[in-house]
This record gives sequence, structure tokens and C-alpha cells, in this order.
Amino acid sequence: MNPIQKITRRGFIRSVGLASGGLIIACNVPSSTEKSPMKRAFNGKTFEPNLFIQLKDNGDLILIASRSEMGQGIRTALTSVIADEMDADWNLVSVEQAIGHPKYGNQNTDGSRSVRTLYETMRKMGATARAMLITAAANKWNVDQSTLITENHYVIDTTNNKKLFYGDLLHEAAEIAIPENPILKDRKDFKYIGKGLKSIDGAGFASGKPKYGMDIKIPEMKYVAITRCPVTFGTVKSFDKTKTMAINGVVDVIEIPRIAKPFGVLGGVVVIANNTWAAFKGKEALEIVWDNGNNKGYNSDAYAKMITDNVHKKGKEIRNDGNVHKAFKNAAHIVESTYNLPHLVHAPMEVPNATAIIKDGKCEVWAPTQDPQTARKEIADYLEIDEENVIVNITFLGGGFGRKSKPDFMVEAVAVAKAINAPVQVIWTREDDIQHSYYHAVSAQYMKASLDDNGNVTGWLHRVAYPSITSTFAPDTGYAAGFEFGMGLTNIPYQIDNVRCENGKALAHVRIGWFRSVINIIQSFSVNIFVDELAAKAGKDSLQFRLDLIGKDHIVESDSGYHFDNAKLKNVLKTAAKNADYGKKLPEGHGMGIAIHYSFLTYVASIVEVSVIDGKLKIHKISSVIDCGTAVNTDTIKSQMEGAAIFGMSLAYYGKITAKEGAIEQSNYHDYQMLRIHQTPDINVEIISSHEKPTGVGEPGVPPIAPAIINAIYNATGKRYYSLPLSDHGLV
Amino acid sequence: MITLTINSKKHQIDVDSNMPLLWAIRDFAELTGTKYGCGTGVCGSCTVLIDGDPIRSCLTPVSEVEGKSILTIEGVENENKVLQEVWEELNVPQCGYCQSGQIISALALLNKNTNPTDKDIDAAMSGNICRCGTYKRIRSAIHKTAELNNAKTEIE
Ligand code: FES
Ligand code: FES
Repeated sequence: MNPIQKITRRGFIRSVGLASGGLIIACNVPSSTEKSPMKRAFNGKTFEPNLFIQLKDNGDLILIASRSEMGQGIRTALTSVIADEMDADWNLVSVEQAIGHPKYGNQNTDGSRSVRTLYETMRKMGATARAMLITAAANKWNVDQSTLITENHYVIDTTNNKKLFYGDLLHEAAEIAIPENPILKDRKDFKYIGKGLKSIDGAGFASGKPKYGMDIKIPEMKYVAITRCPVTFGTVKSFDKTKTMAINGVVDVIEIPRIAKPFGVLGGVVVIANNTWAAFKGKEALEIVWDNGNNKGYNSDAYAKMITDNVHKKGKEIRNDGNVHKAFKNAAHIVESTYNLPHLVHAPMEVPNATAIIKDGKCEVWAPTQDPQTARKEIADYLEIDEENVIVNITFLGGGFGRKSKPDFMVEAVAVAKAINAPVQVIWTREDDIQHSYYHAVSAQYMKASLDDNGNVTGWLHRVAYPSITSTFAPDTGYAAGFEFGMGLTNIPYQIDNVRCENGKALAHVRIGWFRSVINIIQSFSVNIFVDELAAKAGKDSLQFRLDLIGKDHIVESDSGYHFDNAKLKNVLKTAAKNADYGKKLPEGHGMGIAIHYSFLTYVASIVEVSVIDGKLKIHKISSVIDCGTAVNTDTIKSQMEGAAIFGMSLAYYGKITAKEGAIEQSNYHDYQMLRIHQTPDINVEIISSHEKPTGVGEPGVPPIAPAIINAIYNATGKRYYSLPLSDHGLV
Repeated sequence: MITLTINSKKHQIDVDSNMPLLWAIRDFAELTGTKYGCGTGVCGSCTVLIDGDPIRSCLTPVSEVEGKSILTIEGVENENKVLQEVWEELNVPQCGYCQSGQIISALALLNKNTNPTDKDIDAAMSGNICRCGTYKRIRSAIHKTAELNNAKTEIE
């Protein structure tokens, strides 16, 4: 199917549809919603060549961002691609956020794939508009269009240098049939792509003006806080609201039940108030008796021991090449290690929140959501109304990191709005956020490898156990899934003859979910440290050992069309080594550590320089190199990599969520700490630019950081650590 | 009734005297640039200036600031526009959520110290968490603003 479908009406054209992940979705604008945009267009004020572009007669160009902005710069990246292909003047561009609707294709802003899956589509959107404007000018001038070019919002006739402004071409352009295969620009002519355009929202962010979820105010809105059972899936036995009702500003206290769905509400006692403060105070004053339910026995320390036992015995076979046991038998050396990592939580700066109004069988919601279409579906299901009667407005997200892919907090707002028949804003406290999330899995891993006399790796056994993300959908599974294994377990980039991967059982006792970089964090940690241990055992330099282990150039083909090219991995590693001045003489107490990881189709290497003096760790420099194919916005990529370094350091230093008798023990940023400015090292980022398709950016920078730190500490001190956070080891 | 002077404008609001300033600013004065991050004074998202000093508005009851001059992010353009321009130019923000607090803390620092060192920046800014990790650029932006402001003063 042609990704751009033509719909003509009174000479004005609006087409919809876009490709997403290879799937092309196209649909006509339903006649019921056709009216208002078409009327505007008929007035000759706005030309909409497709769903993503609105050109006004004064030249203003409104471009539609279909993905959620959470700091990754997507509103700028995607729209700059359209503007580039359109030869538009960036100063005339403003960006409008799409609502959640399937007409925009997949909007799930997750998995570092927005640019990857929409790059070509956005190019086509822009190129289509440009082609129509050129034809329009040709018609207006009555000349052949072969001599016409475009530049900065003008069509120019190269024979006589006459110019026509885009804004003056609307009527003519609207008459033109949508070209089937508009010509895309040559890379060398890109004006915005690859140029590090500043964020279109930067001035706003510096002025406090952009609206995040919590900044939405609608008339008659009640402010709502909810107390949920400290133990996952526990329920309310009884509650006493007397003290809460005595608080000035509290209007009512009600109960909402749990909805037993993956993204269903947890349920709890709901305080309805006239302002946020009263709602929070009211929550503190509640007296609730809970039925803690099935997860009340969950102690994460004991659980970590149990899954560690599980990886010390044979698990479910996930991959088996050659015969590791034979390799182990014939080994000159054997190395074995066990790694443990705790649960983590996203803790985005903006807590989960949502604003909802239900009226006349329709529902409108505003929220910082990464996945507006799933939210819409869940809301429609809950209200038992048609999805067309649910409008999901995407606000700015004060960070997401995967937390806001789950719309449970939006369904809460809808449930309360329905129960009290008034518009509401549900706001989580920071404590709620830390204690009722979808957590990054706690994990145990066991690795064993054999080396021959020359220090070559002959056998590799890797066992993992962690509660799977699939437990959120199928609670009794007990084993992890293929997509999790594919994040650095089964797809290690090393050429080893005998490889075996196994998975140990691990049932979930809290909600488990995506967290920036997901299981890559876990598997990159063990693999990168283990390779360092093997290099040490072999008596070889870690850099050369890794390059040798990656092996001769080869390409692993993939159905996805994205091939793994190990030469690229070696290249990012060598470049990082150069940037870090790897091998230079370091002062006493200093050390450098290496880690590499391939995730979200992107190649990253990080080299960290640390010192450990009087038992205290300081990170001096992080040199990261990324190869993400075509670099659509170099400045955003740098900034994402800088952020990833800090994110990785935070989890390495402090990241630890524990549960005792089912309840999360941490509660706020004082006991779930974040890295701060005084701990920030020099961060150097280099982007290897290529002409390949763009790949992931937001997540791939995180997984190498923690293991590189561990390896650097080893090189500084001779001591190897096998678990995080480093605060547990007294290093920070 | 309490009268709050926010960005030189008087707001008459009817709230409990112990309500933290943060919620009075957000829910009553409807200036939403000041953000909630922790409610316990550890993240800095809610930072505003009271008579020029940075405070955590989530811990400061409105009764304490009556009659004082409150500056929020919405008022910064009249105080140090260069700071905001540099913030934009260096593309400091990622999600942007913490940046109101960062900018207010930076403003307070630059008001007292026209040429801060890295150490001064660490001391003044370490109360502000940025989960997106924009610290490197925050540091550069403060240095650059100081430079530009100093160059301007020399000319004047
Ligand atoms: S909200 Fe006030 S310091 Fe965090
Ligand atoms: S920019 Fe997102 S928290 Fe600082």
C-alpha cells in the first residue's frame, strides 16, 4: 500500500497514514472528524498535505509530533526531518503534539525506536509537501518544473531567479495530486539532519512555560491522592477517614478497587481535595487496615539468595553451541563468577499523574504518557465506551525512562473521575512513585569460562535468573522471555566455539516493567566484567583481549534488516580507547575500565577513568562512543549519551530497591539517591556517523557504564566487585 | 487571606498558613513553572528565591514568606535574561522538568558571585537533582552566563 493516501475534497487534500516498523497503516479521515480541519483549509488559510504538516498562508509551518517528548528531543528530531525534506525555514516551524490516535501509526515512545521507525516516513511527508509546492509554483508561473528548486520556504525559478513564498502557494498546492514517489533529498543537501539543531522547546524549558501533566488545570478539577497497599496487590480491609476529613480542603475519601490487568489500577483509598497539599496531608492522616495478600512474604534479600542458588544449578537451556562441558574438561584455566544486582526504579523527576474529565459519554485525559494509544484503549475498556470517545492528550513528560509506558496512573484518574462524577487530577507523591512502580528486575547471574594455554576462550556458560517483564502479563511464567535474552545474553558479540546460556526460575512478587535499557543493564554488567576477568586470567591487556574475542570481521544477518556488524563494535571500542588515551600512565590509585555493548541496534563503547583514594571512589572521565547509523540530531545524541552516563553512574553508585515483607523499603530521593553535579565527571562523547539507517539512541548509552566503572576500580585497586550499588561497598 | 508577592505581583490567596509555598504558587497563583519533585527538600525542583535567597518552596510555609519578595522561574526573564538564553543555546534541558529549579539556583549563585569556579558551582547546585543528567551542560551554562554578563558590565 502506498504510505500516503490521497483524499480530495473541494480541491483540498489531506492524506493520512504512515509506515511504522514496516507496517503501513492508512485510513481515511472519518467523515465525522473531517469537518473542522477541512473548513479551515477551504478558507484558504491552511494547507495540510498530510497528517503531519500544516502550512499557513503567512508561511507558518506547524509540524505534528506523534511521539512523546520526555527529554530525548523527539519533537525536534522528527519534525526537523520533515522540515529538511520540505526545504522549510526552521524559524517558521512550530511543533504541535498529536493526540493519542492510531491514525498516527504506532505512538509507543519506548524501546529507542522513534527515529528508527519514523525517519523514512517523515522524510516522505516532507518530500511530498515540497513536491506539491514545486508543482504549484510551476502552475502559477506556467513554466516547466524542471528548472524549479526550493530553498528556505521559497520555490525559485533558476532561469530567472524569481521566487515564490510557500505561504503564497496554498491554493495552487491544494489542487495538486499527491505524488506517489516524491524525490528525497541527497544526503549532502541536508540542512537540519545531522546538524545538531537546538531543541525547539529549549526556550520554553528555560522559562517554565511548557505544560507537564501536573501543570494542567481544568475548571472544577479536584486534586486527588491515593494510598495503595504497601504490598503489591494487597487490598483494603477497612479504613477510618475521620482525621483526613478534618483537614481543611479535603472533600471526600472513597475507595477504588484493584483492576487485575497488567496496566490496571492497584486500588486503594482515595483522598479528594481542593488542592494538592490537602490531598497529600489527607493521605498521611488516613488509617487503613490492609489485607496484604499473596506477596506479603516477599523479602528481596532472601529472594536474591534464592535466585543465586538457582543460577548455581542447571537451568532451562536457552542457547547451546558446541559443548561447553567438554571445553571445560579440556581447559587450561577455568574462571567462574556470580553477579547480583538489585531492583531499580525509574524515579523520573515528574511523578506519575493524570487529569481526567468524563462528560456525556466521552472522556478526555491529559497525562505525561509514553504510550497514549494503550492508555486510550485501557480507558475505553474501563469505561466500556468506544475508543473514539476517548481523547488522550500527551503533555510534556518530566522524564519517562519506561515508567510512563504503563498507563495505570491514567486509568486511576478516570476511575476516580467516574466515581465522583467530577474532573480530577491524580498526583502520586514521590513516595508513591518509589513504592508502587513497575520495577527493574532483581537478578542473579553465574558465569563460567574455560581458557586454553594461549589464553583463548574455549567455552562460555552464562546462567541468568530474574523475574521477567512478562510476569506483568502472565504472572505464573517464572522464566524470562526471548526479547530479554536478546538483550546481551544470547547475542554476545564474541566468537567462541562452545557457548551455553541457561535461565533459572524466578517468579515475580512486585510488578516488573521496562526501565531505560531494560535487561541490557543486567547482562552487560556480567558479560563486561567477566571478559575483564578472563583477560586478567589470560594475562592479557583488556582492550586487545576484547578485540580478539570480538574476532575477525563478520556480519550477522537479521530479518529486521538491521545487521550486526562486529567491525562497528571494534571501531567504537578503538575510538573510545583513543579518546580516553587508553594505556597512558596513570597516577597512583587511578585506573581505567572498558565496557562495550550492542543494544537497540546501536554500538557503544565506554571507557571510564576512576581513582580510589582512601577507599573513596571518584570518577574523573567517561569517554563514550556511539555508532547509531545516521545521526539525525548530533547534539541530542550527545546529550542523551551524557545523560546515559549519569543515569548509569546513579544506578552504579546508589541504585537499590529492596522489599521487606512485601513492602518497598525506600521512599524518596534521600534513600533512593541520584547522582549530583559535584560527582559529575568530564564526559566525552563521540558519534561515529554513517550512512546506515538510524538506530536507537536513548537507551544504548546506559549498559556499559556500570561494568566499566567496576573494571576501572579493579585496575585502580586490584579489587573486583560483583554487585551493585557501590554504596553497599562503602566506595561512595 | 494571605498576600504573596510573586514576581513583583501581589496575589491574595485563601489558604492555611502552614501550606507549603510550592502548592500556593502552583495551585492558587497558578504559576506552574515551579515543580514538585520530592516534597522533602532533597531534590531542588521547587526552588524559588525569597528576597534573593534560594529556598525549597515545598518545605516553606506560606506564613513565613508573607510580605517578602518571591521570585519564581516566570520572573527570571526580568532578572537575568542572558541566563535563560544561554540555557537555550547550550541546549541544557532534556525533559526540562528540573530546569526551573536549576535556573533559580544558578541565578542565586550568579547574583552573589559573578565569576563562580567549578567548586562554587558544585556548592550552589548540588541540591538540585536532574534525573536526565544534564549537569555537564548546567556547569557550562553557568560559566558562559557569567562570562557574558561580565563582558556586558565591562562595556557599560
Ligand atoms: S520538591 Fe522541594 S526539594 Fe524536592
Ligand atoms: S532535564 Fe529532566 S530532570 Fe533535569
